[in-house]
Amino acid sequence: MSTKINAGPHAALSLLKRDLSLSLTRGGGPLLAVGFYLTLMAMIPLSLGSDSGTLSRVAPGLTWLCLALASLLSLERLFERDYEDGLFDILRLGPLPMEVIALLKCLAQWLGTGLMLAVLTPFVMIILGAPVDAAFISLIAAILGSLSFAIIGGIGASLSLGTRKGGVLIALLVLPFYVPPVIFGAGLMQAYLTGAPVVQALSLLTAYALFALALGPIAMGAALKSALN
Amino acid sequence: MSLSVTLDNISLRKGYNLLISNLNLEVGSGDAISLTGQNGVGKTTLLRAIAGFFSPHAGKISASDAGGPIDPVRFRTELIHYLGHQDALSPTRTTEQELRFQAQYLNANENNYQFAVQYLNLSPLLDLETRLLSAGQKRRVSFARLLIAQRPVWLLDEPMSPLDADQRDVAARLMQDHLSDGGIIIAAVHDPLPFETRIVHLTRPDISAQEVALVD
Repeated sequence: MSTKINAGPHAALSLLKRDLSLSLTRGGGPLLAVGFYLTLMAMIPLSLGSDSGTLSRVAPGLTWLCLALASLLSLERLFERDYEDGLFDILRLGPLPMEVIALLKCLAQWLGTGLMLAVLTPFVMIILGAPVDAAFISLIAAILGSLSFAIIGGIGASLSLGTRKGGVLIALLVLPFYVPPVIFGAGLMQAYLTGAPVVQALSLLTAYALFALALGPIAMGAALKSALN
Repeated sequence: MSLSVTLDNISLRKGYNLLISNLNLEVGSGDAISLTGQNGVGKTTLLRAIAGFFSPHAGKISASDAGGPIDPVRFRTELIHYLGHQDALSPTRTTEQELRFQAQYLNANENNYQFAVQYLNLSPLLDLETRLLSAGQKRRVSFARLLIAQRPVWLLDEPMSPLDADQRDVAARLMQDHLSDGGIIIAAVHDPLPFETRIVHLTRPDISAQEVALVD
């Protein structure tokens, strides 16, 4: 049965491709989150005043806060559409376990939306007054952070599946778990700007992303199975 | 091929409602079963239980072939097709995208895809987004899955209902071919299928059975 060995990765790749194209096209796709992110950032100088000293001091922290909020936007659609269309009936009859299906959906969402927000983060931070040489480290941190946000968000989305208008519920469920990456991420930037070593904050940020990657699929798989019964 | 599916004394609940009580059924290669009964009697629930989407409240659903019992996970992921009320199509994707995805996901080969498109005359629909299709067209697109990935057990939930007379003939031929190839069809129907089937009429369990289930 040589075909059987290939069935898993083959199916996984096709699901990832499908979800990525859906996350890029449907409902405004990444533009919605990117637009929200940029608008939120543009409001900061308007609300705090244009003093560049103040802005550059709060830039890293506020950028992380806005990244977390922008990551929330598309979560409601993550499983809801396929749930309503009945697509899970096909997915469950394929070779992939529910945990892998959920993880792939989160990763597709992250590649389509979270990664774009992460790429924008250094620019936004620099525009607000952070030094240019912090761009690289802030990009790395934002990539790790948005990955954690995507998977933790996926847990919230799977738990609220089947409740009508679960968006606010997802935000309530998920935001407390967005706190650690926000603390580590903003702390990392603060440490970098003050010249302190960044290794500690970066390792904690990485650890949280790996933690989400390891436990997220199990939680999402269980939540989806119970929602689909 | 001598596949058989056995329902051993199963009971199914939905919430606190007992839908099906102590049902026994043995289905073998080449058998077609029509599940009949009132709305809400549990036809869809029974099909979903056989598909392995959830375990029955009591009893056991098992499958076996010449090599002995089949692992339930393998049964679900390699041997079953389930066509439900919902046609499992994303509204913003084209028919072709959806069918090709299904073919890849279910590990089917390209020839089957071409054959299904030809057999069900889907080529005029391939470039359309699935939200533009009528209910009958969507059902035809769903039928394509049965041909794209060859699996012996077909669980069909009112397969004919949105189809016109011509398409019903096509679908009936498709099912008869499947049966003569040794396949199994279990279909929930209100109008009888246009070929010979074994009819299993589902009725509501009486009150005493309900009470026993609640005590459990």
